[in-house]
Amino acid sequence: MTLFVQQFFNGLSLGGVYCLAAIGLTLVFGVLRIPNLAHGALYMVGAYLTYFFLTSAGVPYILAIALAALVLAGIGIGMERVVFHPLRNAPHTHHMIAAAGAMFFLHSLVQAIWGADFRRMESPITGRVEILGTQVSWQRVTIVVTAVVVLIALTWFIKKTVHGQSIEAVEQDRVGASLVGINPNRVSMLTFALAAALVAVAAGLVAPINLLYPTMGDVIMVKVFAIIILGGLGSIPGAIVGGFTLGLAEVMATTYVSAVAGEVIAFVVLILVLAIRPTGLLTKAVQR
Amino acid sequence: MKLTFSIRGVGALLVAAALLFAPLILAEQNYLLRVLITGITYAIAVYGLNIILGFTGQLSLAHGGFFGIGVYTMGLLTTDYDWSFWSALLAAIVLTTVVGFLAGLLALRTREAYFAIFTMALGLIIYMVISRWEDVTHAYSGVLGVKLPEDIGPLDFSEPATYYYLLLVFLAAAAYVTYTLRVSNVGRRLLAIRTSEDLASSIGINVGLNKQLAFTASAGFAGLGGALFASAEGFIGPNSSSIDLTFELLMFLLVGGVATVMGPIVGTLLVLMLFEAFQDFQAYRFILLGPVIIALVIYAPQGLIGRLNQLTFYWKRRRAAAQKTAVGAPEQNSPADPHNEKTEVR
Repeated sequence: MTLFVQQFFNGLSLGGVYCLAAIGLTLVFGVLRIPNLAHGALYMVGAYLTYFFLTSAGVPYILAIALAALVLAGIGIGMERVVFHPLRNAPHTHHMIAAAGAMFFLHSLVQAIWGADFRRMESPITGRVEILGTQVSWQRVTIVVTAVVVLIALTWFIKKTVHGQSIEAVEQDRVGASLVGINPNRVSMLTFALAAALVAVAAGLVAPINLLYPTMGDVIMVKVFAIIILGGLGSIPGAIVGGFTLGLAEVMATTYVSAVAGEVIAFVVLILVLAIRPTGLLTKAVQR
Repeated sequence: MKLTFSIRGVGALLVAAALLFAPLILAEQNYLLRVLITGITYAIAVYGLNIILGFTGQLSLAHGGFFGIGVYTMGLLTTDYDWSFWSALLAAIVLTTVVGFLAGLLALRTREAYFAIFTMALGLIIYMVISRWEDVTHAYSGVLGVKLPEDIGPLDFSEPATYYYLLLVFLAAAAYVTYTLRVSNVGRRLLAIRTSEDLASSIGINVGLNKQLAFTASAGFAGLGGALFASAEGFIGPNSSSIDLTFELLMFLLVGGVATVMGPIVGTLLVLMLFEAFQDFQAYRFILLGPVIIALVIYAPQGLIGRLNQLTFYWKRRRAAAQKTAVGAPEQNSPADPHNEKTEVR
C-alpha cells in the first residue's frame, strides 16, 4: 500500500509535467493545425535555461523557471515568425520538415554551448514530507502544486480574458475570427509564446529529477504526441486527462511490470489509439 | 519536348558518368570512395522515401527504422547466424517489405499530421527494440564483422572499387524503378493522391491500395539501403536506426528534390560532401544545416533537381511562345499556375 501511494504521487508529478508539455503542443495544433516537431527541443532548451539561471546566474529556483519560461516565450515567437509564418500556406509536410530543421538547430546549439555530456541539476528543494504514511519528496510536491496552479491560471486565461478567448476563436474558425477583428497572426505568436513558456515550466520542474542532455526532448516529445492524440489533437481538457493518465500508467507499469514496460507504454497507447480510432478519443467535432 | 528531354538526359548522363568514373579519379583516395559508398547506400533508402513522400505526399518518419531493420537483418544474419551475404540481403529486403506492409495497414488508416506522428512513433519503437533487445541485437555494443558479398567469379568485393560498382548497380536499379514509376500510370495515380486524396478517389483511384503499395515498396528500398550499408560499414550499432537518421534522409531528399528521379542521389552526395567539409565540427553542423533545411522548405521546396527541372520547363515554354509569335500565331496567354507545374513530368 505504501508503495502504491508513493508511486501514485510519482505518477501524479510525472503527469503534471506531461500535462504542461502537452498543452502547449495541443494549443499550437489547435491554432495552426500543425504538429510542432520542435516541441521536444523547446523542452530541452527550457531545461538547460533553468539550469543556467539556477547554477550560473545563481537565481532562486522558481525565479529561474520563470526566467527560462520568459526566454522560451521569446524563442517561441521567433520560431513562429521565422519558421512557421512563411509556411502558413504550404503543404503540411513542409511545416514538419522545417520544424525538424529547427529541432536539429536547437540540439546543436545547446550542445555547442553546454556540451554533449550528461548534466545533473541539484534540486534546491530538498527534504521529504509525509503524506498518507509515505515519504514524498518536496520536489515532487512542488511539481504537482505548480502544475495545478499553472493549469488553473491557464484555464482562467483562455476562458476569461480577451487574449485567451481570441485563441479559442481562432482555433474554432480562423477566417471567422479575423472577420470579427481578431488578428490571427498575433494569436499565432501568442500561442507559440504560451506553448514555449509552458513547456519550459515543465522542463524546469522535472530537470532536478532527470539528467540534462541535448536529446532529452526526443522521447518525451513522442510521449507528448501520444498524450494529445489520446486526448484529441487541439483539445486542452484532453491533454490534461491524457497527461495524468499516461504519467500514472507509466509509473505503475514500471513498478508492477518492468522498466521496459513503463518505457514503451506511451508508444503502445499511441499505436493502439491511432489504430482503433485514428482521430483520437476526445476529438472535437470540428477537426478538419 | 524533345529538347527538354535531352537537357534532362544530359544532366542524368553527367551524374551517371561522374559516378562511373569516380573510383578511377579517386584511385588514391580510399577515404572519399568510402564516403561515396556510404552515400550510395543512403541514397537507395532516400529513393524509398521519395516514393512515399515525393510521389504520394505522405511524410513517413519511420524510414530510419526501416533502414535499421535492413542493417540489423544483414548484420546479425551474416555474423551470429553465418548466412551468406546474398541470402541475408534477400532476407533483409523481404523482412522490411513485410514489416512495411504490416505497418502500412495500421499507419495508412491515419492521414496527414497523424500519419507523420504515427510513423515517428513506429520509428522510435523500432529503435527502442534494437537498442534494448540485448540478447539478439547486442544493443549498444554492436556487432563487428558483417560480411562483404562473396566473390562472383573474378569479382572480389573486398576491393572497395568493386564493391562500389556493385552498389552502383543497385543504385541504378532504384533510379530506374523511380523513373518508370514516374512515367507510369501507377506514378500518376500516386501524384493524384498527393494533390488531393478526395479528388483522386472521386476519379476512381483506389487511394488505400495505392498508398499501401507505395509505403510497402518504399520500406523495401529503405531495407535494401540498410542491408548494403551494414555490409559496407562492417559494423552495426543502434544509431543506424535512430530518428536522427530519418531526418537526415529527409534532408537528403529535400536538398535533391522531392518527386524527381535524380534528386535522391544528387541530394545525398551533395549533403554528405558538405558534412565532410564540416567534419571538424561534426557535432555542431546542424547549427548551419538546421537553418539551411528551414530556408530550403521556405524558399526552394522543390529542391535542386526540382528547381533545375522547373527552369528547363520555363525555358521550354518561353521558347515555344517565341516560335509561335515568329510564325505569326496569336500568343497564347498562359498564366503561371503553380499547380500545373507541380504535376508536370520531371
